[in-house]
Amino acid sequence: MAKHEYAFYPGCSSQKGASASNYLTSVEAMCKTLDVKITEIPDWNCCGASIGYAEAGELPRHVMNARNFALSEKNLPGKEIVATCAACWLGARETRERLSHSDTLMNDTREALKEAGLTINEMPNIRHMVEVLIEDIGFDEMKKHVVRPLEGVKIAGYVGCQTNRPFGVDGESFENPQYLDKMVEMVGAQSIPEYEQKVTCCGGALAFSEPEKAQAQIKDIVESAYDHGAEMIVTPCPLCQANVEVYQGQINKRYGTKFDIPVMYYSQLMVVAYGGSAKDAALNGQVIKARRLEEIAAKPVLSRAEGPAKR
Amino acid sequence: MSANTALAEKYRNNFLKEIEEQVEMGDWVKMCMQCGVCSGSCPTNFQSAWEHPPQELFMMIRAGKREEVLTSTSMWNCTSCYNCIVRCPRKLPITHIMHGIAEYAHRIGMAPKMQATRFFSGLFWKNATKTGRVNELKLSMGLYFKDGFAQGVKNGMAMQSVALGLVKAGRLNVMELFGGHKCKDQKGIQAMLKKAYEIERNRKAAKMAG
Repeated sequence: MAKHEYAFYPGCSSQKGASASNYLTSVEAMCKTLDVKITEIPDWNCCGASIGYAEAGELPRHVMNARNFALSEKNLPGKEIVATCAACWLGARETRERLSHSDTLMNDTREALKEAGLTINEMPNIRHMVEVLIEDIGFDEMKKHVVRPLEGVKIAGYVGCQTNRPFGVDGESFENPQYLDKMVEMVGAQSIPEYEQKVTCCGGALAFSEPEKAQAQIKDIVESAYDHGAEMIVTPCPLCQANVEVYQGQINKRYGTKFDIPVMYYSQLMVVAYGGSAKDAALNGQVIKARRLEEIAAKPVLSRAEGPAKR
Repeated sequence: MSANTALAEKYRNNFLKEIEEQVEMGDWVKMCMQCGVCSGSCPTNFQSAWEHPPQELFMMIRAGKREEVLTSTSMWNCTSCYNCIVRCPRKLPITHIMHGIAEYAHRIGMAPKMQATRFFSGLFWKNATKTGRVNELKLSMGLYFKDGFAQGVKNGMAMQSVALGLVKAGRLNVMELFGGHKCKDQKGIQAMLKKAYEIERNRKAAKMAG
């Protein structure tokens, strides 16, 4: 039996061939090393995301999330739900909070769920993968598995919005969360705690509908990373990752900049540091290639006896 | 009588009450103390300035400026970054109020028709709920072709390098145009959502009648 087991809510962007499929590949490899078993909730559906608001209404939106709770309870009883996507995590947590605070909303939700032959008896805990890492595994345990430290690599920890607000990770501040910097240090790389754009919004869905507004924000995020001497950016959110990575070319055209900085997931850094291959870390999923990480991933690992290099 | 006319008639001279009864989290509006921290914390307000930033919208609601509020493009500038929520000294759930006012304006046909994010928001929800899961390719195509075929091709060309990069990285699958990811129990999802809309509609109507 694995040390830690959870019901897993991967979300739409993590599916095969979707925009964050590289996130899922690296999370799977990371979980294997850490002896974390994640079992997908059967037939899970979209959380509705924040941007669905024009037509989602209140109850339909919560019912969508509640269906996932009901499926998890039915198929994976007693397990906490873990999401890797910031929007999935936020949407599900918000539904949990609203239903827990309103009997009317809870009863209405149960009535709607009945139409799909489902029900909720217990409200599940909703966790983000970074919460599992920080709270259930812990930095000491995470560090033990580092056999190929990312020495000399300077990485800007870009936390973004929805992993940080309105819920955030316990014990962290909304204005200057530290956990991503600690994770960067944990894999042996150099963090930039003073990176002032770490919680700036990437523009979210406006990157699609009103690109000039979103790209103005993305420009600030990337520019500041360069100003601090970062070689790459790391984030826990699929939309942050995609927005900050894939529009750099368009921003260069718009502003005459020369941005070309890789944007990674924490899980990709960890997989490389844990001795995984470039394929395990899904480095082939980068639009802007992370050459430095590819080089490191091609190096032999330290023997276990040597342990991670002391910093 | 249109939905808008009926609502305007019912809540005549009391727009605040209309917002409180018909808008999600609308009963928080009266708690605003006009400090402006929300506006100062809003990323898109900085980039391009909202027509009416949140605290201004709240005061306009209290002043009964129904037409100006509901037809405004302002709420649709929200990126859902939740900065206003965590900074509001009176703990107003501002992001949700903005979404709520936008949803209401859209529901009763007052929202600006050509506003791009309004369009995208509706498109996203339809895309996600149709099969239970988002089809990213159809979502993007739907947005590019919103102003007709010619403009769609032009928009598509402008996005070509971005799309190509994603395809090469295995993060955009052209086959998604023909089917793609979906839930098994789509029938159950449709039935469940239909019921949810019906309940919500009835609750709002009861408030209006009461």
